[in-house]
Amino acid sequence: MTASGGRGDAVRGVAASPAALRAEGLRKTFAGRTVLRDFEIELAPGEVHALLGQNGSGKSTFIKILSGFHAPDDGGSLHIAGEEVQFPLRAGDAVRHGLAFVHQDLGLFESGSVLENVRLTQHETRAGWRIPWQKERRRVQDALDRFGLAISADAPISSLREVDRALVAIVRAFEQLREAERGVLVLDEATAYLPQDGIDLLFESVRRVVADGFSVLFVTHRLEEVWSAADSVSVLRDGVVAGGGATAELTEDDVISLILGFPLTELYPEAHHARAETAARVAGLRGSVVKDFEVEIGRGEILGLTGLLGMGWEEVPYLLFGADRASSGTIEIGGQAHELSSMSPRRALGANLAFLPANRLKDGAVADASVRSNLTLPILGDYFSGGRLRAGREKEEAAEMIERFRVQPPDAEALMATLSGGNQQKVLLAKWFATKPDLFLLHEPTQGVDVGSRKQIFSLIDEAAKEGKAIVLASSEYEDLAHLCDRVLVFRNGRVIAELAKSSLSESRIVEQCFRDTESSAIGG
Amino acid sequence: MSETVDKRRTGPQPSVPAESAAPRGPSGGRRRRPDLAGIAASYGIIFAWAAVILVFSLLEPSKFFTTANLQTILGSQSVLLILALGLIISLSVGEYDLSVAGAMSVSLVLVGYLNVVAGWAIIPAILAALLSGVLVGVLNAALVVGLGVQSLVATLGTGTLLVGLGVAIRGETTSGISSSLVDVIRYRIIGLPLSFYLALLFTVIVWYCVRFTPLGRYLYFVGANPSVAKLSGLPVNRIRAGALIATSFVGAMAGVVFAGTLAASDPNISASYLLPAFAAAFLGSTAITPGRFNAWGTFVAVYFLVTGITGLQLLGLSGWIEDVFYGGSLVLAVSLSKLAAKYQIYRRSRITRSGGAPG
Repeated sequence: MTASGGRGDAVRGVAASPAALRAEGLRKTFAGRTVLRDFEIELAPGEVHALLGQNGSGKSTFIKILSGFHAPDDGGSLHIAGEEVQFPLRAGDAVRHGLAFVHQDLGLFESGSVLENVRLTQHETRAGWRIPWQKERRRVQDALDRFGLAISADAPISSLREVDRALVAIVRAFEQLREAERGVLVLDEATAYLPQDGIDLLFESVRRVVADGFSVLFVTHRLEEVWSAADSVSVLRDGVVAGGGATAELTEDDVISLILGFPLTELYPEAHHARAETAARVAGLRGSVVKDFEVEIGRGEILGLTGLLGMGWEEVPYLLFGADRASSGTIEIGGQAHELSSMSPRRALGANLAFLPANRLKDGAVADASVRSNLTLPILGDYFSGGRLRAGREKEEAAEMIERFRVQPPDAEALMATLSGGNQQKVLLAKWFATKPDLFLLHEPTQGVDVGSRKQIFSLIDEAAKEGKAIVLASSEYEDLAHLCDRVLVFRNGRVIAELAKSSLSESRIVEQCFRDTESSAIGG
Repeated sequence: MSETVDKRRTGPQPSVPAESAAPRGPSGGRRRRPDLAGIAASYGIIFAWAAVILVFSLLEPSKFFTTANLQTILGSQSVLLILALGLIISLSVGEYDLSVAGAMSVSLVLVGYLNVVAGWAIIPAILAALLSGVLVGVLNAALVVGLGVQSLVATLGTGTLLVGLGVAIRGETTSGISSSLVDVIRYRIIGLPLSFYLALLFTVIVWYCVRFTPLGRYLYFVGANPSVAKLSGLPVNRIRAGALIATSFVGAMAGVVFAGTLAASDPNISASYLLPAFAAAFLGSTAITPGRFNAWGTFVAVYFLVTGITGLQLLGLSGWIEDVFYGGSLVLAVSLSKLAAKYQIYRRSRITRSGGAPG
């Protein structure tokens, strides 16, 4: 799982060539606030370099300088392949300098085909502005094949899995670089929404890119990716490079300390014990992948659901909450049985269920609305008495929740859009805890969340379990599951194939169970 | 109008001191300084209205700034105001209802036809007209919510269909509507017809429901993100259908008030109310609570627009001026509402950006 081979190959080809990217003394000030100072970074040709840091540490500012969105303050310099970059950059300049980007949102248009997306602005044209589609198709198909992707150039993006979309975005960026015949591929949190097996596929593609002599700069929140893919690391904190070096010489604890500015004693809360009483019982659950799933969840228990992507585990919270329709199944909670084939979120709320979906922007929050109105939405009816909404009480209780859930900034009237990902997630946890659920379903609760907020989210989940709530945590973060859960169920092809608890519960055991007997299961594209 | 835009752009940016370690105190950070930029954004239209009144008063002192003209301006727009208030209910949930003028037309024609031609008593005629509004709403809801047709297209169809239906019911102007309706609607209190107070009462009702009941929040969340609303337990489809039915019903009420105002029914008059209603709704969404459709913003917008038109007509411009003015106002209003929404986010992020992320 190391990428060190890439550098060797590349150096052989372009010996004594200048650094692929070198930044010196870069500085950026917004309205008197310096968000980046004396920034330095150097990437050798064929190097994979990870750029880490909490939200607001300045890393996105640097990426935006590279893409030409911001111009740095005077004084610093940026060289790409030995050539100085003149600011401000105009649209298209970045590509000409040999910089290509894959951002978190990928920037693909859904209704277009892979071919159209990959060649977006670069269609070769003949006389009369005609596009030679045959040649274009062959070229894109070749590129896809070279990356070992079983994707058709004519497939619409909307038909692709999340992973394949990310890979298409990488192929597109790489095609842009090939045009420049040198350069740096920038992965700006491109892995944030990918499950573990998708990330592995993506890194395979990254290794192909560096093998051709290109360099890769990647920004991420996931520390384990650093050791599986990067040669070296730079950590940004409060706008300056706090440290870094070759990954081989750094431990995970070193890097976490650099990110936070203090040693992180305990990311995960202490283990706790579930009580014997049953909180909920699921029977005969069938969805589009899940088959005959049944489980008993105890009060105070944190139950993990995992597996490779598409194995059915990620469906379960949506089916239990009625966000997706189950074809059959029942859930018994609070002494009452509910038919899951006719479940709706409204009914689920009535049965004291709560559900935190994985996609914050699409299913979680309204970005243009205030923190308070997002937070109180499911319980707004409680504040309606005597013919009017009791706004004073609503504001008071929202402020209390915000304090209890350590939301920064602690301002109930701030717009959701102005909060960092981690703080948005804390608001959404507060929203659902305010409904006083007996059973709380969470899907990838720490996706796209920085290390500091992750710790807080873990301890909030843990506190809730200690209060006696039952928690279902559907996640592909095996390490989190191993530390947080009392019990983890591993899914394959819609069925539970392993139940791990107590001494048998560890990250390596989960990984082993997920990948066990993989030749008979479908993970290929 | 351009000065309101400028005010949004400038103004002081209140900056909160760097974030304190932990917020303490009972009211958890609820102190806010008076925010001039925010006030300018919310009430800019009122300043603009005052400026328009001032300009026309100076240009035409003998005709514009008179009690009679004031009464004309305030008294003549009840129908448009009620129609626009109905429209913002659908707009809040993210649906365009282009058939609202059609619903009004059918209601207006029905009152005239049933009361005058068919000889019904006025009360049953009014009830039938209101019922027609509900039916139109149910049809729209069935198409938009039930089948999932885009509201813009579905109501473009039903709206045209309804205007045609109105002509089919009674193709000519029918005068002689029962005086009991006409007298009530035209009954004057302090020089203004009862229809004005009716529209005012309507504004208060919509404002109260949106501001002081959970309904307003529900409508907004359904419009802003139906998926979030659904997962938060709101009956999204019922709310969307309800909003469409409410809009058509209110449109039908506007038709009844119209019948009283005109003392006649005219099948060809309603269509010209569609665009002004949209202009008022969107212009209103840039004021009072910028970025959201709201009752008082709509109220002010209706009177702002008619003040402008009346003034221009007094200056001798006529005929083409209404279309140009209303059309121009709609374009300006939607541009302003986009700017207002962007500005809202920008301003909030400036306030809340203490230790937060720069980008």
